[in-house]
Amino acid sequence: MNILSLFPAVPLLMMLGLWLSKTRKQILAVMVTGASLLLGLAVALVFMYLGMRADGQTSEMLLTDSFMWYKPLNIAYSVGVDGISVAMILLSAIIVFTGTFASWKMESGVKEFFIWFCLLSVGVFGFFISVDLFTMFMFYEVALIPMYLLIGVWGTGKKEYSAMKLTLMLMGGSALILIGILGIYFGAGATTMNINEIAGLHNIPLQMQRIWFPIVFIGFGVLGALFPFHTWSPDGHASAPTAVSMLHAGVLMKLGGYGCFRIAMYLLPDAAQELSWIFIILTTISVVYGAFSACVQTDLKYINAYSSVSHCGLVLFAILMMNTTAATGAVLQMLSHGLMTALFFALIGMIYGRTHTRDIRELGGLMKIMPFLSVCYVIAGLANLGLPGLSGFVAEMTIFNGAFMDNDTFHRVVTIVACTSIVITAVYILRLIGKILYGTCTNPEHLKLTDATWDEKLAVVVLIIAIAGLGLFPLWMSDMISESVLPVISHILN
Amino acid sequence: MDYSAIFSYMYTEIALVGVTVLALIYDLMAGERGRRHFHSFVCTLMVLFIAGTVVPWHKEAGEIFGGMYVYTPVHGIVKSILATGTLLVFLQAEPWLRREDTRFKRGEFYVLILSTLLGMDFMISAGHFMMFFIGMELASVPMACLVAFDKYKDNSAEAGAKYILSALFASGLMLYGISFLYGTTGTLYFDDMTSRIDGSALQILAMAFFFTGLGFKISLVPFHLWTADTYQGAPTPVTSYLSVISKAAAAFALMVVLIKVFAPMTEYWQALLYIVIVLSITVANLFAIRQKNLKRFLAFSSISQAGYIMLAVISGTPYGMTSLIFYVLVYMVANLAAFGVIATVEQNSGGKVSMDDYNGLYRTNPKLAVIMTLAMFSLAGIPPFAGFFSKFFIFAAAFEQGFHVLVFIALINTVISLYYYLLVVKAMFINPNDSPIAAFKSDGSTRLSLLLCLAGILVLGVVSSVFDGINLYTFGL
Repeated sequence: MNILSLFPAVPLLMMLGLWLSKTRKQILAVMVTGASLLLGLAVALVFMYLGMRADGQTSEMLLTDSFMWYKPLNIAYSVGVDGISVAMILLSAIIVFTGTFASWKMESGVKEFFIWFCLLSVGVFGFFISVDLFTMFMFYEVALIPMYLLIGVWGTGKKEYSAMKLTLMLMGGSALILIGILGIYFGAGATTMNINEIAGLHNIPLQMQRIWFPIVFIGFGVLGALFPFHTWSPDGHASAPTAVSMLHAGVLMKLGGYGCFRIAMYLLPDAAQELSWIFIILTTISVVYGAFSACVQTDLKYINAYSSVSHCGLVLFAILMMNTTAATGAVLQMLSHGLMTALFFALIGMIYGRTHTRDIRELGGLMKIMPFLSVCYVIAGLANLGLPGLSGFVAEMTIFNGAFMDNDTFHRVVTIVACTSIVITAVYILRLIGKILYGTCTNPEHLKLTDATWDEKLAVVVLIIAIAGLGLFPLWMSDMISESVLPVISHILN
Repeated sequence: MDYSAIFSYMYTEIALVGVTVLALIYDLMAGERGRRHFHSFVCTLMVLFIAGTVVPWHKEAGEIFGGMYVYTPVHGIVKSILATGTLLVFLQAEPWLRREDTRFKRGEFYVLILSTLLGMDFMISAGHFMMFFIGMELASVPMACLVAFDKYKDNSAEAGAKYILSALFASGLMLYGISFLYGTTGTLYFDDMTSRIDGSALQILAMAFFFTGLGFKISLVPFHLWTADTYQGAPTPVTSYLSVISKAAAAFALMVVLIKVFAPMTEYWQALLYIVIVLSITVANLFAIRQKNLKRFLAFSSISQAGYIMLAVISGTPYGMTSLIFYVLVYMVANLAAFGVIATVEQNSGGKVSMDDYNGLYRTNPKLAVIMTLAMFSLAGIPPFAGFFSKFFIFAAAFEQGFHVLVFIALINTVISLYYYLLVVKAMFINPNDSPIAAFKSDGSTRLSLLLCLAGILVLGVVSSVFDGINLYTFGL
């Protein structure tokens, strides 16, 4: 069996194990074993991939495997990875691992929660390893539907409304993707659903591309929080339980960016070039609007959700620039944003678990009460606003560098506009840190609170190591990514 | 005439008549003690019947009675799917049939259902419009008795009256249409008629009337007005039979006739279907959102599902035929799972069928709630459940023939349908309830049928061999 198929298979086995387990200990044992196994596998995959590249294997996808599933439609279960998907798989494994520890204190319905959580990760891993349109789409939807119950049952606040809104908007997006996939498949007259082979045919007529490109791009863009289809995101993230917010903002939103790049732009390149300006404008709005919205929110989760809209908008913005540097930056940004937003949500969950409020007007002086969590919060904030040495800087630097390389006025102007988000990010992050960490503690109840426990520390430290690792040693990752971005970009441009 | 051909091609119907007669004799002969085993007797017969007919006996097509009766392997497959559905309905009907007021009518229930099944089999295999009509009537008259089976309940009797009146009206229209066809072509044989159809005004009218007749059976909008009341009033096992088996048979028969007989008028019936599909899916979805009674809710859901089935019909290709049969099979297991849960909850809670009664069901009856959830997910087309695959295939079938906008409309509607399917899930998992339906243990027969349905929901999509098996026979219809 191919190592890639293990990634969806392990969470499936975890689901089985959870179903059979009786006590809380058994449930946590299954989760920890499975999540560690996934993390180990992901690290092994990175080294395997780098080793294979070092051995001089130059084909676009490595570790490929395929077997025919539904012959009449040429649907196959095909897997394969390149640098982009390897990076995403590593990200997902880290988040699943830390998410498990972040929900360590879960009280009601632990078993069901983790079963749905595992189903979500089946979808996520399956999506990143697939190179077949149908299989990829199937895993995409598998990743979406558990969200409804995860938010609806275990969420907080107006959870029912948020869960329904999120599910319907994302499913609306996936309806667009589905028709787009049919359009691509029949439009190319292909005898395969393999993405690379369809791209190789390169024979979808331009008139059809003009129809399908916006449809597919918007379809994935809904999940990538493309303005004006981002409205599910703040509500959804605010209502979701901690681990789900982490996985959703950290990984699931990346499915959108990945899909836009891998399917919409790669398979419909001519229309992508022609129509990219529309989406560049929309993503610029996402970037700036998200940042401004974050400035005025008072709920910690809403602040972070709008910040996610802004940062994920930057991912889409960068891939639309269509050059290798910006696209590499986009993938780095997916990684970096995934890690730091997961860290943020984990910390917010931990603070909320203690104070039972997320309203920044009621919080203050936490630095003295819970120094460990507060320091980590500062680190997450600094990564978010792009401090050199942490992952955010590497990603944003690469993106803006790449975006400015196009030397026509339009691209330059939007890049400058998007750049302002860096300043606005600093505004809301510093305001937040100043208010809740350094202000004076107004609520005497809060003085009795305790700092992080071992499971919380483990989750947080793993994420910080990853963020700092990416920030301090970006080259091995960015080389791996840019090597794989190059063939996609050159395909789009030719 | 070669009588061996009759036996060898009509094996399904002959065996089915045998099962029906045996059930009738058992009903008459068995004493009080023997009647206790009636259920297992009939189910065993059905299992044997299905086992004997599930693989088509002949790999090539054939006809008997001079073309009145046509056999192709696809027909065999569709008939065995219908028989499997009937078996599932029998299994689910058991607790209801054991009730004081219905137990003495048990034999009638079996015989009536088996007669409708026989009628559908004849309708499917018809090669002549008279044969088609007789089969359809054989399927619909016993059905009216079944709908009114709980005759002391007002709404069951009302449902029966509504059903028989609209069925008669539909039959009348269809006969009128058939008479036009006879008048313009001079024949009622499918094979001879195709070459004489030229798309004249009368024939278009005939086609529309014919379509209307079957549209009532499939309950497409605008011929759906009887559906909700009948589904609500009929006993739950009959409703599930009506919503799945009768609908599946009519949809398949419609596709065969449209492709075979009305081949020269393809653009006319495609235009007609186009409108009907858009109406069925959209109107039914909008109505389903507001339903509080689960049986009415599933009635509207089944109307919209019928619209999706018509997407396969409009494609008119062998691949469309495969996806139609597959869709019908998947729809059958999912819908029967949902109705199975409704039936057992209704039996064990003193007749609760409202969506509000289901609030908090997960806490008291987790297994039933999970089965219902998976059924809803499958109906909504969520992977990895079978419904996702069958929906994808019919969309692909229609898309391939260039119905891009139509597929788009249907896809938007899947999102709307997801909303109301999720409402049921929400009721069971999320909504609080101070007095949820108490925990109960379903009887073995219901559990068996739910288990079979569950296996279908989980396996049919992921394992491609069923689809491939159907696809093997649909070419060269």
